[in-house]
Amino acid sequence: MTAIRLQVNGTAQEIEADPDTPLIFVLRNHLGLTGPKLGCGQEQCGACVVLVDGVATNTCVRAASEFAGAEIVTIEGLAENGALSPVQQAFLAEGAAQCGYCTSGMIIAVTALLRRDPKPGAAEIAEALHDNLCRCGSHRRVLAAIDRLIEEGA
Amino acid sequence: MAGHPSIAKHPNLDEWIEIAAGGRIIVHTGKVELGQRIYTALAIIAAEELDVDYERIEVRRAETGVDPNEGMTTGSMSMQHSGTAIRLAGATARRRLMELAAERLDVAVDSLEVEDGLVQSRDSNQSVTYWDLMAGKRFGIAVDEAVDIKPPEAHTRVGRTATPKGMAEIVTGRMTYLHDLAMPGLMHARLVRPPHYFARLKGLDAAAVERLSVDGVTVVREGSFLAVAAADEYAAVKAAERLKAAAAWEEGDGLATPELFEALTANERLSFPVAAGGAPVDEAVPELAPPPEDAAVTLSASYEKPYIMHGSMGPSAGCALAEDGRLTVWTHSQGIYALRGALARALEMDEAALHLVFTPAAGCYGHNGADDAAFEAALIARAIPGVPILLKWTRDDEHAWEPYGSATVCALRGSLDGDGNIIDWSHESYGDTFMGRPVPGRYDLPESRLVSTHFREPALDWPVAEPAMGAHIGIHRNLEPLYAIPRPRLVKNLVRGLPLRTSALRSLGAFGNVAALESFMDELAAAAGIDPVEFRLRHLDDERARDVVETLGARMAADRAGAEEGRGAGIAFARYKNVAAYCAVGIEVAVTDEATVRLHRAWIVADAGEVVDPGGLTAQLEGGLIQAASWTLYEQVSWNGGGITSRDWESYPIIRFDNIPEVETVLMERPGLPFLGAGETVAGPTGGAIANAIFAASGLRLRRMPFDADAIRKAALQ
Ligand code: FES
Ligand code: FES
Repeated sequence: MTAIRLQVNGTAQEIEADPDTPLIFVLRNHLGLTGPKLGCGQEQCGACVVLVDGVATNTCVRAASEFAGAEIVTIEGLAENGALSPVQQAFLAEGAAQCGYCTSGMIIAVTALLRRDPKPGAAEIAEALHDNLCRCGSHRRVLAAIDRLIEEGA
Repeated sequence: MAGHPSIAKHPNLDEWIEIAAGGRIIVHTGKVELGQRIYTALAIIAAEELDVDYERIEVRRAETGVDPNEGMTTGSMSMQHSGTAIRLAGATARRRLMELAAERLDVAVDSLEVEDGLVQSRDSNQSVTYWDLMAGKRFGIAVDEAVDIKPPEAHTRVGRTATPKGMAEIVTGRMTYLHDLAMPGLMHARLVRPPHYFARLKGLDAAAVERLSVDGVTVVREGSFLAVAAADEYAAVKAAERLKAAAAWEEGDGLATPELFEALTANERLSFPVAAGGAPVDEAVPELAPPPEDAAVTLSASYEKPYIMHGSMGPSAGCALAEDGRLTVWTHSQGIYALRGALARALEMDEAALHLVFTPAAGCYGHNGADDAAFEAALIARAIPGVPILLKWTRDDEHAWEPYGSATVCALRGSLDGDGNIIDWSHESYGDTFMGRPVPGRYDLPESRLVSTHFREPALDWPVAEPAMGAHIGIHRNLEPLYAIPRPRLVKNLVRGLPLRTSALRSLGAFGNVAALESFMDELAAAAGIDPVEFRLRHLDDERARDVVETLGARMAADRAGAEEGRGAGIAFARYKNVAAYCAVGIEVAVTDEATVRLHRAWIVADAGEVVDPGGLTAQLEGGLIQAASWTLYEQVSWNGGGITSRDWESYPIIRFDNIPEVETVLMERPGLPFLGAGETVAGPTGGAIANAIFAASGLRLRRMPFDADAIRKAALQ
């Protein structure tokens, strides 16, 4: 057990955990942030993605201790002053989820993409979401949400 | 509507609708939310009949002993079952509330008007709300199956898309899934699985087990069933790795590795002719006679589909607490009452001592590992009484141990007369069972459908499936074509001795059967030189079927489907189970230089009866199309003697964002007609339309899924 210091959703946190503990378990179990999901544990599906210094990053393999000093934002931290972020609003408006298990990762990945490139083309979108899998087939709605965001210039 | 099955079992209005404190209305259903937006549709129906805002309606997650037993949430039956039940319950409740209001306000019932639960009389300026009227009381009356329901023209909520229930929680990460349960003292559990179905634990390093217990890990062993539990989840993950290294397995003969499609048609089997109406009969299968003398064209073709996975994004999970001889199980099973029965048998407990609470997980699309995981959580919980146990399967567990959708072979032969009319038809379908759910009453040993009953002691034998003899069940779902074909020869073959565990996967046998017969329809149409839309219309008498096919044809023509250089378009049609939703699908593809299939555009035309939630229905159809496209183009379970080798998303690829077509969905408006379930209707037509589109684009006729680069290259060489 060691103390791990993390900056999560704007708050400094100190957690006692095995230093190898992948970040996902710290977020979900120690900090109660269960929005990020465990889908594969192998960096293959994108269910566990959070923003790390603005970049969409898998959390299911890399140890929490490696994220010390970084700014971590989970789906729970996207809303500002209680208002949904534009990406969350667009997902809500387009109904871009079915079971929702992949959705937290999708919203984070789209948030990171649009921060980097507010007007991505189809190829950039497919590339950015390549490792975000969805079994319910919500892809079309996710793409519609992205189109809406591009149009709004959000 | 008389004799509604859910109402017959649960006649009391209070079992369905509760006027609850805080201006809420609670709706009870036995159906469960799997991402198909059933709660949204049920809430719209309740809001409509009760004349309250949709936002006031809460649909409760089903719990044994509290919520109605409506059987399984399967087969696209939820709208017929729960939708109709809640409509009748809502209308009965409203009528009762009007009587109470008339009494309270001392006015005539027909002077009353309701807006969002506020009842006012035109004859006085007084008003009263549903909540004042009920004030925590129960209705105490039965649901009236003959109650007047609102006529479709009076609908203000049904038929309009509502914000899906749970969507706000999903986009903010606040939705609680089974995997997210937190309870004081909870321990996390992981399994240590054998290498394959037939392996036995022959040794476990006692010193390693001892070291685990020193580290605060509880090891649970019952025969060859092995699990670990720890307060910290990552400690459980690591402990499972250590325990795995400490276990030695007797592998026996391992998994059989026949040439799959040969085995499907050569192995021992039970064969039944399927009669008009879609049910098998226990009679000798008629010989395949030579084609009729007046046949101008006769074609034969076989279509093959490998084993495919449910591939839920969230591995299965179960949570259980054993306390004072009672067991509470939180589960994402599609049938909590059936599972309760199977668990009671497997655990030798009284059903009354078991309490099951449905808790959502990732979409399952049929019988995945949910029931198995519930049982395994219960086994662990019984070994650690008083402690809530949250068991999560790993990705590897899910890929290797879920019951797959059976591999199938469909062998077709058809003949046309000189005018291009089908005059002879034979379709034989070969596969393993789709009926592997642990349902008491359906089999003698329902618990033998729970994986770990084969590993604990005494181990049960793996079940040998009984042939399902109902109409459009399992292997023979949609084996009978809806087309007007004189005396088709239809044969169901339940094949023995196949290597992998199988059960219900979205649309069961319909996917393989429809994809095959719709491919074959195009092959016949091409042989006769007739346009595929025209060819189907010639053989369709059903007006609603004709409507969807014609509408699809017109849309695709207007959109110039397949007209662009290098592209091709194909269509396919089915009516799910020949009694549920009608669906025609068009797909436009190109075959790339890398021999892959690129999906460009898709069209779905569906007639699902009265539409309650167009947004939800469209999402179901689109999602089903994307999933079936994934099955068709990418998926097959692989294995060798040592076990399943498709153990992650690299070794079992599925569709990604780089191949998602544009989709246009048309819902036929059928106000007032019965609900026809739609969650599964699109799968078969999607498979057929893709095959037909590939043919149109490239001249290659693919008959073995998946239609990946290997398949394209092989076909091109022939
Ligand atoms: S859970 Fe991390 S990528 Fe799948
Ligand atoms: S919405 Fe269910 S996995 Fe994506």
